[in-house]
Amino acid sequence: MQATNILILILALGIFAFYIGRGRSLALAKPLGGIRNLHSLPSYYGFHTALWCALPSLILLSLWMIFDEPLINSLVMSSMADQLGNTSLATYNLQLNKISNIAEGILGRQGQSDALLAAADYMTQLKVVSRWSLTALMLCLTVIGLLFGWSRINPQFRARPLVEKVMQNLLLACACLAIFTTLGIVLSVLFESIQFFRSVPVHEFVFGLEWSPQTAIREDQVGSSGSFGAVPLFVGTLLVSAVAMVVAVPVGLMSAIYLAEYASKTVRAFAKPALEVLAGIPTVVYGFFAALTVAPFLRELGTSFGLSVSSESALAAGGVMGVMIIPFISSLADDVITAVPQSMRDGSLAMGATQSETVRRVIIPAALPGIVGGIMLAVSRAIGETMIVVMAAGMAAKLTANPLESVTTVTVQIVTLLTGDQEFDSPKTLAAFALGLMLFTVTLLLNIFALHIVKKYREQYE
Amino acid sequence: MSKPVDNLDKIKQSLTRRNRAETRFRWYGRIAILIGLAAVIVLFTDIISKGHGAFRVTYIQLDVHYDQDIIGVANMTDPAQLADGNWDAVPKSALRSKFTDVSGRRDKRKLYALLSNGAGFDLKDRLVANPLLLGQTESIWILADDDIDTYYKTWLDGEPYAARMADNQMAWIEQLHNEGNIRLQFNSNLFTRGDSREPEQAGIRGAIMGSFFTLVLTLMLSFPIGVSAAIYLEEFAPKNRWTDFIEVNINNLAAVPSIIFGLLGLAIFINFFHVPRSVPVVGGLVLTLMTLPTIIITSRAAIKSVPPSIREAALGMGASKYQTVLHHVLPLALPGMLTGAIIGMAQALGETAPLLMIGMVAFIVDIPAGFTDPATVLPVQIFLWADSPERAFIEKTSAAIMVLLSFLIIMNTSAVWLRKRLERRW
Repeated sequence: MQATNILILILALGIFAFYIGRGRSLALAKPLGGIRNLHSLPSYYGFHTALWCALPSLILLSLWMIFDEPLINSLVMSSMADQLGNTSLATYNLQLNKISNIAEGILGRQGQSDALLAAADYMTQLKVVSRWSLTALMLCLTVIGLLFGWSRINPQFRARPLVEKVMQNLLLACACLAIFTTLGIVLSVLFESIQFFRSVPVHEFVFGLEWSPQTAIREDQVGSSGSFGAVPLFVGTLLVSAVAMVVAVPVGLMSAIYLAEYASKTVRAFAKPALEVLAGIPTVVYGFFAALTVAPFLRELGTSFGLSVSSESALAAGGVMGVMIIPFISSLADDVITAVPQSMRDGSLAMGATQSETVRRVIIPAALPGIVGGIMLAVSRAIGETMIVVMAAGMAAKLTANPLESVTTVTVQIVTLLTGDQEFDSPKTLAAFALGLMLFTVTLLLNIFALHIVKKYREQYE
Repeated sequence: MSKPVDNLDKIKQSLTRRNRAETRFRWYGRIAILIGLAAVIVLFTDIISKGHGAFRVTYIQLDVHYDQDIIGVANMTDPAQLADGNWDAVPKSALRSKFTDVSGRRDKRKLYALLSNGAGFDLKDRLVANPLLLGQTESIWILADDDIDTYYKTWLDGEPYAARMADNQMAWIEQLHNEGNIRLQFNSNLFTRGDSREPEQAGIRGAIMGSFFTLVLTLMLSFPIGVSAAIYLEEFAPKNRWTDFIEVNINNLAAVPSIIFGLLGLAIFINFFHVPRSVPVVGGLVLTLMTLPTIIITSRAAIKSVPPSIREAALGMGASKYQTVLHHVLPLALPGMLTGAIIGMAQALGETAPLLMIGMVAFIVDIPAGFTDPATVLPVQIFLWADSPERAFIEKTSAAIMVLLSFLIIMNTSAVWLRKRLERRW
């Protein structure tokens, strides 16, 4: 049986278990004079039975799904071990792929060696065994669980605390998913990065000035080593982010100040959501806009001034990214500015300061930590932004600080290294994970720091 | 010491300066807001002016003769014969009989290039649907090639884009136009077909279905998990280091670049669990992890806004903590949670970068019919088309962006509407 069918069966049995559990509790309560003689409400007895019926088998099913395939594969390959001998990981995977393709009938059986055919047969056989034993096991487990849960029901049985305990653990598991996600991110980028740093030394990656990620097809190829110096990528990323900040910080900050301090209610009610529209537009749309509208426009503008602007320039990508970040900065700044106590404004105005002096000399200094935190969050977002730079910043890894030239960024390189089918163990693909590690570390530090500042600042005025 | 009169003068002078600074400062604010609004307007007008044309496409009317001998099909019910039929010859012969004076291979090739490459297959589909047409002649509208389409549209606007046109092609189009045999029709292909290398045949149906399946899975996973996590953190969690740690994690995940989630999906789901690439299942899983923080944070805010008096009343009536939460707090917090879920889904619908990592960037012609069919999603389709060299794809891309933006606008306005309609102020 298919896993989805088993899942549906388990759920159906669980529902069935709910009803018979509830039914039994009602039947037990009747001679005693109604359900008020039960410890818990009847539905809790139902839930209790359903949990015993479905939960163990669901856990086992998910474990089985995870370990089923690797186990079969290793069994098949160990049966082939004497033919294969001691081989590298790549040929191992190749053989395994071939066997499973033969077993699934994707690859024809003609012309394959006997050993492969035998292994494929063995694999099919194992899969059939696995499937049937899974089905049988699941059925047994659900029925046993159902009977056990059912048999425990009696009027004194404390079903509600038990059900609530299970529920609390389920809720906790859901909350812990956030930790597992972080852990998954760290582990996945860390492991691949360690593998990468085995072939490319860390200092070469972090301080190297040349980036041309290539892997050799032949050992003796020219330039077979490739070079993985990531400094041009870091410089490119910083350049694009800097351009974005130059656009976003003044515009975002000034509009936040205007909306918070000057604007009438009607202007605010209109302008705030209108600016927020910019935050809701998908980044791929910005990328398209940057590549097809802004970049050609800048190039023509440049030529009319006698400047040569590359058709994929850091200026175009960064400028459009800045537009994207405007609402981000303005809403964060708006929050911190409105959080500044009114008494500070009143005090300053009473001393005869004009409104703009109050803003510049009192409100901004008071809100500064929050604003800095917001800007740092915006920087981390600019560094991690992908689609705009993929579509508008270019691929050439140049070490330049000129925003009119095309640069490449960390995220662009991750995308180009990982799209398409590659072998997973070549330095080229692993380099993407090393870049991912860099990106994750930097943005994480920025975020933790910024969130800390913002939180501390908020507490100050609460 | 200066005299008081001097001071007054000084203050008067400085006052005008200060007032001027005040006005300037206000104008900076106004200009900043105007820049933001201008960006919105420029963006939308640019996309709409580029994309509106794609909703109409050029068709050419021809007298088509379904000649049994040319096609090589005698029996319309035999699939082998249908597959071998020379369908391309049908529109070609129709063109030749329309423009009888064309001779020479080069000119003929130019003539055939008037129609879409897929015209023969469209006629085949029509013939299979109406087998009685075999051997008959009818006058029908046939899809034109994308270059012709671009030329005809720009020609109608008075600024013909003729870079990829030959002189005789332009003459034929003028002739067709004067006879009324070429016209713009609603582009139904855009909404009924999958991707194609030929711009005139490419549609976004496949991408929309891919987005649909991915989002359904994302919603099914992230909403229950996110709400459960929010309930736990808001109502049950003891205040200790572990729950603080969970909270820090959630806040950080909300700010992690989306491409990192793509790396996670690639390393864990594809490389470790061997989920197949390019399918909505893996896309949905990655987007679930990505939208979870958003949903948890908004759900927590919604739970927080339910006043404690509700909880106290339920507890006072003898309800257990769980009964209080499930029967009283949750229903009252649901509108806020739904709003958060819609915003999370809008975010997931517009997301591109992580999906590039997990192979949803493949060229897929077939329209996906389930969660395990290879698929692409709308933003990735936009990315793919934006990369295509054909000029006609610029128009298509903008049209796809318009469709995507209208979905997002619908989702966001419904979130706002829901909040206004259902949320209670306490």
